[in-house]
Amino acid sequence: MKHSTSAWRLKAIRLLLFAVSVIFILAGWHRGEIRTVLIKATRICLECIGIG
Amino acid sequence: MASRKIIQWLAALGCNAYVPGFLKGRIYRGSFKSVCVPGLNCYSCPGAVASCPLGALQAVIGASRYSISYYAIGLMVGFGLLFGRMVCGFLCPFGLVQELLRKIPFFRAKPSARGAGFALFAKRARLVKYVLLLVFVLALPLLTKGELGVGAPAFCKYICPAGTITAGGPLLAANPPMREALGWLFALKTLIALATVLGCVAVYRFFCKFLCPLGAFYGLFNKIALYQIRIDHEKCSHCGTCAQVCQMGVDPSLGCGSAECVRCKDCVKACPASALSAGFRDESHCKNSPLTKTP
Repeated sequence: MKHSTSAWRLKAIRLLLFAVSVIFILAGWHRGEIRTVLIKATRICLECIGIG
Repeated sequence: MASRKIIQWLAALGCNAYVPGFLKGRIYRGSFKSVCVPGLNCYSCPGAVASCPLGALQAVIGASRYSISYYAIGLMVGFGLLFGRMVCGFLCPFGLVQELLRKIPFFRAKPSARGAGFALFAKRARLVKYVLLLVFVLALPLLTKGELGVGAPAFCKYICPAGTITAGGPLLAANPPMREALGWLFALKTLIALATVLGCVAVYRFFCKFLCPLGAFYGLFNKIALYQIRIDHEKCSHCGTCAQVCQMGVDPSLGCGSAECVRCKDCVKACPASALSAGFRDESHCKNSPLTKTP
């Protein structure tokens, strides 16, 4: 009984986090975050290499 | 060569497959850079064909239009749910770099030779990566926004040794004009990178253990990720072999969901009773499910 409760809880947490992941990715795409990432990543990041 | 090593090399080469970047000292500018790879891989590395999730997260948080990145967090939650810290052990290019540095034969004292004092220090120092995640990755890019509404990617700017080594090194070597712009920030980052390199030579995965905010994030998923290391308590004789071989300082016999476990499977291979196993198999129905407490 204890094991089946634990298994159910694990599946529920996984399902919830899967839904959070998909919803967040779609929300980010809808808000245009992907373009922001692309712009940042396709230019040399001066902060990353230590120029500032 | 062990299968984990092959996967590590394939992941590192796949994430950095833009060879012209290394030859010409420039970076890949294609649309695939809007996608994040699971591991720490600076998007300003000349070979990088995709983005670093930590860099993407800070870039969006620090942008004037946003205060949170649903995209980067969603991807990181997805990677965490699938792999947990298996990302660190198998897919992270900087994890491979650290393992290669560890092969340099200097300061190679075994963990058992360092004593209890070091173990206690290491246990506390592991919390640093959570502080870096909260302060430098999440808070500072938001709180340092100036008049233009743009915040600095604080972890990339002030700390990340992966950026200094894999992006700064090749780009500065190939672009002399860039070298003229170097100042105190580069000196600071170079010091941190040198300290990290020395740390990685002396301590297995020094950066993963103490400094990596991405590993800290994925560690939160180790108990619930689909990829699991499982222990069969009926087979386990509590001989302690698994804890002795674990270079991350984990004792798998006490449970396999530790946030420090990078799923390298050294314990699985070493277990004389074959009580440990690893894989994506859904064992949520069995008595050894990750959330089940050990006896």
